[in-house]
Amino acid sequence: MKELKIETRNLSFYYGNKLALNSVSFNMYANHVTALIGPSGCGKSTFLRTLNRMNDLIPGTRVDGEILIDGLNIYDKDIDVVNLRKKIGMVFQRSNPFAKSIYDNITYGPKINGIHKKEVLDEIVESSLKKAAIWEEVKDRLDHSALGLSGGQQQRLCIARALSVNPEILLMDEPASALDPISTGKIEELIFELKKTFTIIIVTHNMQQAARVSDYTAFFYMGEMVEYGKTKKIFTTPDKKQTEEYITGRFG
Amino acid sequence: MLVSLLLVAALPFLLFTGLYLKSFLLIHDYHLSDLLFSKEWKPASGKFGFYPFIIGSIWVTLLAMVISAPICMLTAIYVTQYTKKTMLRILHPAIDILAGIPSVVYGLWGILVIVPFISKYLGPLFGVKTMGYSILAAALVLSIMIIPFILNIIIEIFKSIPIELKEASLSLGATQWETIKHVLFKKALPGIIAAHGFGLARAFGETMAVMMVVGNVVKLPHGVFDPGYTLPALIANNYGEMMSIPRYDAALMFAALILLVVSFFFNLIMHFFIARYNKY
Ligand SMILES: Nc1ncnc2c1ncn2[C@@H]1O[C@H](COP(=O)(O)OP(=O)(O)OP(=O)(O)O)[C@@H](O)[C@H]1O
Ligand SMILES: [Mg+2]
Repeated sequence: MKELKIETRNLSFYYGNKLALNSVSFNMYANHVTALIGPSGCGKSTFLRTLNRMNDLIPGTRVDGEILIDGLNIYDKDIDVVNLRKKIGMVFQRSNPFAKSIYDNITYGPKINGIHKKEVLDEIVESSLKKAAIWEEVKDRLDHSALGLSGGQQQRLCIARALSVNPEILLMDEPASALDPISTGKIEELIFELKKTFTIIIVTHNMQQAARVSDYTAFFYMGEMVEYGKTKKIFTTPDKKQTEEYITGRFG
Repeated sequence: MLVSLLLVAALPFLLFTGLYLKSFLLIHDYHLSDLLFSKEWKPASGKFGFYPFIIGSIWVTLLAMVISAPICMLTAIYVTQYTKKTMLRILHPAIDILAGIPSVVYGLWGILVIVPFISKYLGPLFGVKTMGYSILAAALVLSIMIIPFILNIIIEIFKSIPIELKEASLSLGATQWETIKHVLFKKALPGIIAAHGFGLARAFGETMAVMMVVGNVVKLPHGVFDPGYTLPALIANNYGEMMSIPRYDAALMFAALILLVVSFFFNLIMHFFIARYNKY
């Protein structure tokens, strides 16, 4: 049985007057991975960021339609955005570690959530970094600044940071764009592991990756959700010509 | 071009050497510690104690910082984090205008508004009899002068912090205030300290406006309602007069030398903080 976790209904999004998402409707399920694919600028990040209301920060933007998470419309007036975000982890397209030590980057979220016991925090740091496949590289310099890490390491650190608060939903915007094949493989293993407990939405430009890790795939094109379905189906016998062309690399 | 560059680079050194040579008469004949820590200022009888001026300068400067720092911080955070961009568009010209007003105008305004306000209201409120010309008056005028200056820098610093950091914090379930306190403030801190440092250096050297309201009394101040005297005011008030008194001009040069050395060290510290800020 699959459990419906996130549902978008006629979701449209505007940056000022510019329509970036046009009436997008589909479902995302718990314990499944949904991949968002499509050419650059088609609205993948925009869509992902509406799910934890991160676009609220951008002045002049507007949302139409509904997003239901666990049956509640997250754009309702009386939704507590802070609480909403506590249960949604996010890995951003551009890695953004805090100007703090590696250790403090990971403990930031847990501390915000009221965890202050040293042993518990130590434990969270170790397990989060291990899951993100970066523990071995940084375990001896947890007190060093996170800004001294390489691009790929920073990206994995940000994944670890998102895991630190144990979210129900994990939004990942190209989490492996700066990673070598080995780390990428580890992150994909992690995604397999995590989906046992989480709902995962992942944006990727890597078709093989989408095919490998996801259960469902949504293909976006120019702000529209063109096609959505089981990943296997999308990648073998897509209904729409645009989808096929994109997947086989003929445009985008 | 190289020549002009070298000239500019050598200027502080030339200035220092010039002042040092000019004040040599004084430095040679007195112990440095006597000059700096003696309270007696009687040039006619050869007593040159700079302590009251040094203390006066420190009081005025620090008090001005204590007044302006929280105002600058809160305003900068408010306009960059809690309001729409239009607020900033209104505030910026206001700041620029304030920053461009000549200090003598601030001094006049101090005499017309701050001084009477202190003698009529603030003093009595605290049960103190005061003329109004006081450390507090100087500090208030000074803080209004340096607020635009510091505020401008802090606003720029907050604006330059990448939005991604804020997003990372909020995505972890932090509130707006937690984000400001733990992430943005931490990131901006070296820059904030530098901004206050520059403000402080400016306040320490400000002459005209302070001179007009501080009272110019050579006496150790015992409270903020007491009048005082500052190093720059000492120089500006007396240079060119009473030059017949032996070593008097050397003493004024020495006061200038202190100002130069203090501002030099200040700049050094500030550059250290800015270097740290740029690293992040
Ligand atoms: N902050 C913003 N202000 C205005 N327009 C924006 C903003 N962010 C994105 N857009 C526009 O919205 C559209 C969708 O952008 P989005 O970032 O969602 O694309 P994407 O699918 O994630 O692309 P990529 O694969 O390159 O990351 C683009 O046309 C983009 O120019
Ligand atoms: Mg994107």
